[in-house]
Amino acid sequence: MSNALTLRSVTISIGDRRLVSDLDLVVEPGTVATIMGPSGSGKSTLISFIGGHLEPRFHATGKILIGNDDVTELPPERRGIGVLFQDDLLFPHLSVGANLAFGLAGSTAGRESRRARITEALEEADLSGFADRDPATLSGGQRARVALMRTLLAGPRALLLDEPFSKLDSDLRRDFRRFVFGRAIAKRLPILLATHDFTDAKAALGPILRLAPL
Amino acid sequence: MDAAIRQIGFRIRSLIPFLPKPNLRHAVGLVLLCVLGIPIAAGLIFTLLPAFGYLPSIGGHTLSLEPWRELFSYPGFATSLRITVTTGLAATVLALILSFSFCAVVHGRMRDRGADGLLAPLLAAPHAAMAIGLAFLMAPSGWLIRLVSPWLTGYTVPPDIATVQDPWGAALVTGLLIKELPFLLIVILAALNQIPVDQQMRAGRALGYGQGIVWIKIIAPQVYAQIRLPVYVVLAYSLSVVDMALILAPSNPPPLSVVAFKWFMAPDVTRTLPAAAAATLQLFVVAGAIGIWRLGERGVAGLGLWWTTRGGRGVSGEPGLKLAAALGTIILSLGLGSLIALAVWSLAWRWPFPDILPSTWSLDIWSRQAHALVWPLGNTVVLAAVTTGVALLLAIAWLEAGDRTGRRDRAIPWHPVYIPILLPQIAFLFGTQVLTLKLQLDGSFLAVAWAHFLFVFPYVLLALADPWKALDPRYARSAAALGASPTRTLIRIKLPILLQPIAIALAIGFAVSVAQYLPTLFAGGGRVATLTTEAVAMASGGDRRVVGVFAFMQTLLPLAVYLAALVIPRIVFANRQALAGRT
Repeated sequence: MSNALTLRSVTISIGDRRLVSDLDLVVEPGTVATIMGPSGSGKSTLISFIGGHLEPRFHATGKILIGNDDVTELPPERRGIGVLFQDDLLFPHLSVGANLAFGLAGSTAGRESRRARITEALEEADLSGFADRDPATLSGGQRARVALMRTLLAGPRALLLDEPFSKLDSDLRRDFRRFVFGRAIAKRLPILLATHDFTDAKAALGPILRLAPL
Repeated sequence: MDAAIRQIGFRIRSLIPFLPKPNLRHAVGLVLLCVLGIPIAAGLIFTLLPAFGYLPSIGGHTLSLEPWRELFSYPGFATSLRITVTTGLAATVLALILSFSFCAVVHGRMRDRGADGLLAPLLAAPHAAMAIGLAFLMAPSGWLIRLVSPWLTGYTVPPDIATVQDPWGAALVTGLLIKELPFLLIVILAALNQIPVDQQMRAGRALGYGQGIVWIKIIAPQVYAQIRLPVYVVLAYSLSVVDMALILAPSNPPPLSVVAFKWFMAPDVTRTLPAAAAATLQLFVVAGAIGIWRLGERGVAGLGLWWTTRGGRGVSGEPGLKLAAALGTIILSLGLGSLIALAVWSLAWRWPFPDILPSTWSLDIWSRQAHALVWPLGNTVVLAAVTTGVALLLAIAWLEAGDRTGRRDRAIPWHPVYIPILLPQIAFLFGTQVLTLKLQLDGSFLAVAWAHFLFVFPYVLLALADPWKALDPRYARSAAALGASPTRTLIRIKLPILLQPIAIALAIGFAVSVAQYLPTLFAGGGRVATLTTEAVAMASGGDRRVVGVFAFMQTLLPLAVYLAALVIPRIVFANRQALAGRT
């Protein structure tokens, strides 16, 4: 279950410009590694590459491993890599509970046990009784917590955080950061955080990697 | 010989690594090429050949210019051509001016909400029904003259003047405007959603420009750049319309498209050759007009830039805008009035001139026509449902394939799939009929459905493409990161979020199919009757009350679908704020 996320000589370029050059990185389970850099420095591109969403105009080489499994060639849905984006991206047509159910891995079978897992997840996120709510009626902080629970219910083997705190104001930001790191570290996931904010990076307590601006 | 074949086989196989890897987009593209490309290419060729005398089935085996000589020696030829060009250009220019002015004046006050409901009947009503209703309003014995008779005009019997089918084509231009103004309005409203109008308006006014001037100098050019394809569609349509022209345009001589149409339909088969020549000339007229329009665009753009950069605050552009917006309101009211006229006439029993309302009302005409309505109604519904359903599936497949191959073509408006709605129908439908004959499909339901599809698909795609591309791609990425396959993501995430635009695209496709006149007639060989073919056939000289029944039914059907498309998603998503309010 606990496996490191490894990047092996990853190079990403667009046209003649290199965004990421020969990057090697091992993120141990239960730790947070941070990629820092100003916007346009290729943080999000690197996250896209690891998540499997790189646009075809980019050219990437190198390997992505989880434990000993090479996931580089797998489609995004089979990598087992959870992603938390800058926006919560709760599906607007589904209730909070249905959003979580969409995320919950199929290995939890049976109506009752699935419902139990979702209730439990809502309790963990301090959102008991929110299952039938319309996501649009939740506050920003609440939506962010639902988004994280949705990601964790899918049972990922690694977690990517693409500036997920940047839209929250500072108090909320600290709380949510604690919440995310707390949950994910408890599950012994390797976590890779992309941010341009130094307080985020410091709070992560892990290695910091800087990408140069172009 | 064997060795040579093997050699070729080997060579082809050795090429395979260099060919693009086939994907879903190629597959859907291939289907579209066959379904759209073949009938149109064949249609153009089999119209062009008879135009130069080649039509073996009636003994034309050699190429000649005789059909053209016949066309040019037709007594009304010059007038016919002139009416075509003047009415087509006038309708397009006026529709453009009125729609922009209307938006400039009411935008901000109306916001899309009310617009949908108000424009829905005008958008949904088929051209033919609208033309019939307008004729009911404008005819010498029509509603408008009744309103002012006899107290103002002194008429106690209908006057003997040509108010419909007038020699200048004013009635035709009015009819075209009624349909095209709402179309352009809805297109402009959609384009406005892509532009931060409010911020730009504030910035412009802070620089000392009046609201109207900011609209003309800043907003309008950005909007126009986004709606060029619909404008060309309006231009091509106005120049080559047949069903509206049969009802509203002068008949002696009629516009060029009607000349071609009447000759194609004539019992005397030798008329087919000059008809093909007229149809081909129609194609050149449209191509030439679009070319000239594009030159005009450059000229206007240059002048506009000079005018804008001169920095004149232009005391006020409001009076002109308000006048144009008022004219636009009159046109929209005429449209709604036409539809009401259809309903009233279908319920009238006795209605002597110059009474404003019928003296006796009755549902008799409806019940007497019930048996005559059933077949055309059934045909209309099934044709519309089938073609729209297939068009929607293909449009979704095409857009989804685009997402999966990661190709984001910015140039989508200029895609070849829009060719069918830029070509004059009369310029290729005869040739398409020749193709269906060769495939032994002529007169079949399948042939008519196929012909409708040529026009339904581009509109469905046009309606769906923008909302589809506007959907945040990170929804799909989130779903994938949660382990959902692309198919599951499509069905569970993308399609439900896009329910409203999908429903609207369906309604538009349905209305387009219901409205088709020429494709039904040509591909059906006159054997597949729809509400539209029946209504147009009866329009000249039929009992107004009966015509009213058919034309009103023809309007009711797409309108019902349209309203359902507006309402159902709001009901489904009544508890989802983010989706219920969206249009």
